Amino acid sequence: MAGPSLDLQLLNTCAAILLLLSFAMLSQRRIVSLVNLLALQGALLCIATLLLAWRTGQTHLYLSAALTLALKVILLPWLLHRLIRRLEVYWDSESLVNTAGTMLGGVVTVVFAFGLAQPIAALANTAMRNAIGIAVAVILLAFITMITRRKAMSQVVGFLSMENGLFFGAMSATYGMPMIVELGVALDVLVAVLVLGVFFFQIREQFDSLDLHHLETLREDQ
Amino acid sequence: MEFALLLGIPLCGALLLGLTGGRREAPDVNVALSLGTFIAACALTVRVLQEGNLVVGREQFFIDPFNVFLVVLTAFVGLTTAVFSRPYMRIELAHGRIGPRRLQLYHGMYQLFMATMLVALTTNNLGLMWVAMEAATLSTVLLVTLYRTPASLEAGWKYFILCGVGIAQALFGTILLYFAAERVLGAEGVSALLWTHLVAVKTQLEPRVLSLAFVFLLVGYGTKVGLAPLHNWLPDAHAEGPTPISAVLSGLLLNVAMYAVVRCKVLVEGSLHSSLPSNMLMGFGLLSVVLAALFLWRQKDIKRLFAYSSIEHMGIVSFAFGMGGAVANFAALLHMTVHSLTKSAIFFAVGHAAQKAGSQRIEDIRGLITLNPTIGWGLMLGTLAILGLPPFGVFASEFLILTTAMRQQPWATPILLLALGVAFAAIFGRVQSMVFGETTARRLPHQPALLPVFAHLLLVLSLGLYIPPYLADWYRAAARLIGGG
Repeated sequence: MAGPSLDLQLLNTCAAILLLLSFAMLSQRRIVSLVNLLALQGALLCIATLLLAWRTGQTHLYLSAALTLALKVILLPWLLHRLIRRLEVYWDSESLVNTAGTMLGGVVTVVFAFGLAQPIAALANTAMRNAIGIAVAVILLAFITMITRRKAMSQVVGFLSMENGLFFGAMSATYGMPMIVELGVALDVLVAVLVLGVFFFQIREQFDSLDLHHLETLREDQ
Repeated sequence: MEFALLLGIPLCGALLLGLTGGRREAPDVNVALSLGTFIAACALTVRVLQEGNLVVGREQFFIDPFNVFLVVLTAFVGLTTAVFSRPYMRIELAHGRIGPRRLQLYHGMYQLFMATMLVALTTNNLGLMWVAMEAATLSTVLLVTLYRTPASLEAGWKYFILCGVGIAQALFGTILLYFAAERVLGAEGVSALLWTHLVAVKTQLEPRVLSLAFVFLLVGYGTKVGLAPLHNWLPDAHAEGPTPISAVLSGLLLNVAMYAVVRCKVLVEGSLHSSLPSNMLMGFGLLSVVLAALFLWRQKDIKRLFAYSSIEHMGIVSFAFGMGGAVANFAALLHMTVHSLTKSAIFFAVGHAAQKAGSQRIEDIRGLITLNPTIGWGLMLGTLAILGLPPFGVFASEFLILTTAMRQQPWATPILLLALGVAFAAIFGRVQSMVFGETTARRLPHQPALLPVFAHLLLVLSLGLYIPPYLADWYRAAARLIGGG
């Protein structure tokens, strides 16, 4: 009895590393390293898409891989690094409360994600159906990253990581969305980062810091 | 042709005003562009009336009775808001709250926002609908932070992050929907996300996947509708942005998001044959109505007050769509229309009132009726209309919803009635003290535009007294389309 073919094994390895990177993001304090991890996640997505394109012979997946390379590996990390330099937050790191607890929470989340993905995976007829659980886990872990962070920049990285998870989910369940939708989503993500860039400067100008505890004054009882 | 103009005018307008929107005559150009969009929407409606449903642009766009009236409503409120914002933004400029560059940003983004909403309403592709909804958020984030005050930055950040995360859930829901549809419609060709194709095969879609998809879609688009407990961004974004933006957010964006939820509900219900989507809509709706009514008591800011009132009314609409059936759907559509007209009229009046008083705090605004009776009466009548007093249109729709609830969901009727009563007392007491009493207001450098306020209120009044037969036919056709119950 033959095991799964080499390319499928490679794909599953990619998925596993993707999940590992999500955990790394959860525990990473330095903002620059967070951006690098995000770029690495993008690169893995690109490789996975290429492998899948080669395996299934679908041309639109090649296009989608090219889009991922351009946007998530090159453009977005470059924009974020530029922002970090211009905002002079290169050495910023944040004190995470209770890393061990967060990681444990992350592990529970992964189990939950696989449970959630079970009915979908059972119906999927793509080669990567096992990866759907991983995609859901990446989305949820990114969500936890966003909740536990206090710096605007790290929340944005969490947000983009969530988008990576969604993209990976679409790929493993249905070999990607129709091209027009993928282009639209990519455009939205790009515009979102540009808008945030402007926004960061506004926050910094007003508060001299990108720490979000300044942004907690709008409450019901003011 | 009409269709190309409908989307083309605001898109080109966004480009034009994005480059030249800081000039003195830019507010007039903004009005002219919105007028063009409105005329295109009317022409499109006439054509749909004559020729029936339209599918254009390689099936990527379509018009049916459900979205055509929302298109007209969106274009109309877009026009009146542009008329209102002409003196409003000039006064803000004269008061030094913004500079020409920010005015340029404002005008460019205003047109872009209109374009994204019209795309979201008319697209046949559920993926494109998602893209347009996200674009609508992005185009308004920088408008919420237009004044660059600490509070507005916080509101903008909350708006971006909460709606961003919410809408990411909706993307996951869309992916799941595509996944289920692809098994029926096939991966080749792009038809698996086209609504007209999906609705034809909705009974064959896999129920387990669709129920999961609906949870994500409802949470995602529900965040944008402002359904409790996902409503946190809404009062802040409404209160801190410029008032024309509060008017279009409340009057239009919430409707467009609701439209997205209902489109998805139709598909899911067809596949599921269970009451899960209906129950979820009713639950979220009822929770929103109750929470908003309670929070109304704690408001000290006039724009926050009416933002919570929007949450309450979207809750009522969501509850009515949840009940389903011809009458409830009809009432929900009517309620969407009259709420959008009334609420934007109120924001127009509130905007000028706040400019006159130099503050948005309720206790700082006093005696509007002595200095400017038109603003005072506009606000008072608008408030009476939104509180559901006859003979305004809100009364008609709320009456229909309540009587249907008595028949279909008797347990919910007392809760709804109680919440409406609590909201009435909270809003009426506050507005009464603003309109009457000693005056604190000052003169404004530009003549405020109050025509839109009364135009909207007149429409709401006439909808309460008499619904023209073609409009009723539309609502009925749309209600049939939505089905359920």
